[in-house]
Amino acid sequence: MTSAHAPVLRLASITKRFGPLTANDSISFDLAAGEVIALLGENGAGKTTLMNILFGHYVADEGTVEVFGTALPPGDPRAALDAGVGMVHQHFTLADNMTVLENIALGTESPWRLSFDRRRATARIRALATDFGLEVDPAATIAALTVGERQRVEILKALYRDARILILDEPTAVLTPIETEALFATLRKLVAKGLSIIFISHKLNEVLAISDRVLVLRSGKLSGERRTAGATRQELAALMVGQEVNPPAVPEVARGPVLLKLYGVSTGRNGTRQRLDDVSLKLIGGEITGLAGVSGNGQAALADLIAGLEKPVAGTVEIADQTVDDWSPRTALSAGIARIPEDRHAVGTIGDMSVAENVVIEQYRSPSFSKRGFLDWKAARSFAEELIRDYDVKCPSPEARIRLLSGGNMQKLILGRALDPDPSVILANQPTRGLDVGAISYVHGRLLAARQRGAAILLISEDLEEIMALSDRIIVMSKGRLSVPSARGERSVRDIAELMAGHG
Amino acid sequence: MTEAFEILFTASFWVAAIRIASPLIFATMGELICERAGVLNLGIEGIMAAGAFAGWFTVYSGGDLWTGVAVAAATGAAFGLLHATLTVPLGLSQHVVGIGVTLLATSLTYFTYRLVLPEVTSPPKIEPFQPLPIPYLSDIPILGQALFSQTPLTYLAFVTVAVVAWGLYRTPLGLAVRAAGENPAAVESQGLSVTAIRIGAVMTGSALMAIGGAFLTMSAFNSFFFEMINGRGWICIALVVFGSWRPGKALVGAILFAAFDAYQIRLQQVTGGVVPYQLFLMLPYVLSILALVLVARRATYPKALMVPYQKGER
Repeated sequence: MTSAHAPVLRLASITKRFGPLTANDSISFDLAAGEVIALLGENGAGKTTLMNILFGHYVADEGTVEVFGTALPPGDPRAALDAGVGMVHQHFTLADNMTVLENIALGTESPWRLSFDRRRATARIRALATDFGLEVDPAATIAALTVGERQRVEILKALYRDARILILDEPTAVLTPIETEALFATLRKLVAKGLSIIFISHKLNEVLAISDRVLVLRSGKLSGERRTAGATRQELAALMVGQEVNPPAVPEVARGPVLLKLYGVSTGRNGTRQRLDDVSLKLIGGEITGLAGVSGNGQAALADLIAGLEKPVAGTVEIADQTVDDWSPRTALSAGIARIPEDRHAVGTIGDMSVAENVVIEQYRSPSFSKRGFLDWKAARSFAEELIRDYDVKCPSPEARIRLLSGGNMQKLILGRALDPDPSVILANQPTRGLDVGAISYVHGRLLAARQRGAAILLISEDLEEIMALSDRIIVMSKGRLSVPSARGERSVRDIAELMAGHG
Repeated sequence: MTEAFEILFTASFWVAAIRIASPLIFATMGELICERAGVLNLGIEGIMAAGAFAGWFTVYSGGDLWTGVAVAAATGAAFGLLHATLTVPLGLSQHVVGIGVTLLATSLTYFTYRLVLPEVTSPPKIEPFQPLPIPYLSDIPILGQALFSQTPLTYLAFVTVAVVAWGLYRTPLGLAVRAAGENPAAVESQGLSVTAIRIGAVMTGSALMAIGGAFLTMSAFNSFFFEMINGRGWICIALVVFGSWRPGKALVGAILFAAFDAYQIRLQQVTGGVVPYQLFLMLPYVLSILALVLVARRATYPKALMVPYQKGER
């Protein structure tokens, strides 16, 4: 028996380096029984690295982890599990083609047994699910579950192994506001049973709602610690970012013409991806249209449609009042549609090609970069240099391979590539995901400047605060359909959340 | 025309089909285990050759038949260990390593054959496995002869399918193997070692491939000669896809392919040289491609197949 005051978990001066980067710099803290600690910090502050060390996915360069007074051997997830540490990863670690039961039972029985008792395991999962409000069918295949249900499976995985310490890495990033409330209710039940929780997040309101104590990480260091009871948003934000944060100023702009119009557009089946179902949308010059919605509700199909990557099976696409019949990426580009893709690594750039090659990749056919079928590398290089200068990109040279750039710098280059030709329509899909606060406000500033110039912008984002702050009109996407648009300030966060969840 | 049709109702045709299927069944189960754990094993063709020789040579040197099978399996497992070491902890390209293992295993086999038998011109024979009719069951017309009058190694092939199916779907170990092929991170997060599971799966699978090769020398042709695998390994890779990575369906695929093969041999005799025999030789492959197109388009392959897993990578 441990006494009530002894910590269940103790991290002592954990340090972890990745090459020249110090991801964790001598971090120490204790976690008490029944306590909820929030680990607050920006992307790249080192939160996930720290938790991966605790769980044994990474080996720390220095420092020790103690659970219930016993040191954990480094780099051994099994030891962490056996000691009662459960982790819900930000990117779920579930096998999609297997059932809930199989995912939960994996690794819980001796591999040399000749059979395993499905009925008993099912009963156990059902009991845990009922006790903690984690309803999910043990026989269902993971691929058929919603994101919220998958997260419940992840929590059940830990509870099935009798976890006493639960680590949740950005658990609300993929949830609707309503699912988030259900998660919080579950977490409160767990705490009531004596579990301790580490809640990793960069969302201040959630941290204030769920935790007893907040630890703030900045650039790999513990920059502050507060009792949640006495803490304020402003104080925590300043600790997290290291400076005061101001919301972007959105000036008034005169409306322009309708630059892109979708009328009754549906798209075909594409694997398990949500298709568009009778979508109508107008993008107007001088306006930012914000598209809110939970990931996987058709945003990807809409973005691909506008970029020309997907053709409509029904409905029409009109550009400047002209119906376009032959819709392809090239038509879209030549019609002046610029895109900032959702995944800058997979789609936005070609990692092993140079910065110069990457910035001309959408315009290599234009006369400024090619003459009689030959590329003009001098022009490409000087264009890259121009973007590096104008968009404040930290980059050794136009010859550098683009994958060596940080996320923020890569995004600035993509932004420059998209905005430099003064496009009439800008498709910005998750333009600030994974960026730090400085880079985010830079991207927002550039998008607002394009709006000022009269471009029509479609901002697709899962960050509701971003949508609310920037958009002139807000549309909510759910199950491949669009809601009626609302003007700035017309709908409350609560109303939008309801629409995101598919109600109303 | 009726003659071509009547072939299907002769016992000898079905006996041949099952015999031709047996090595394919072993090797297909072997490949299936590897792929279910996430490793494409293109070493199969060479590993079968090595198994064929190792089994045959053990018996030729005076060992008994089951010892030969065991030696073949051990040889296969050794090549499997080589393949797994390069592809799993080192994470090298599974295509390149697989082709390398096939070339290495084949050449080593031929080299060893020449080394131990420098003088021979015609391949020496061994006393192979004999048919072992199962009482009563073998008396059933056609089916009895096809299924229950075969050699013990053929029975073992069918038992292997049942064991692999049970193992994959009913045991905790099989669950771990399947999960390693679907999402290694899920395996690691539950405290199991992806590396150990994959190495074990590739070694076990390779042992089965080698037994498939040994079937040829110990239960079919009775001697070892060059080029005797003749693409059977590659066919097994297609059979795994055809079977959608499921042991039962893969078994059906193997028997189907073998039946095409047995059928074309008999069809050649019936048509009596009017049609060039090469066309008939082609038949099973053409039909396989056709079947593959029809079946495999909808197959859901293991998601982490050919994706190396490196722990703690950023």
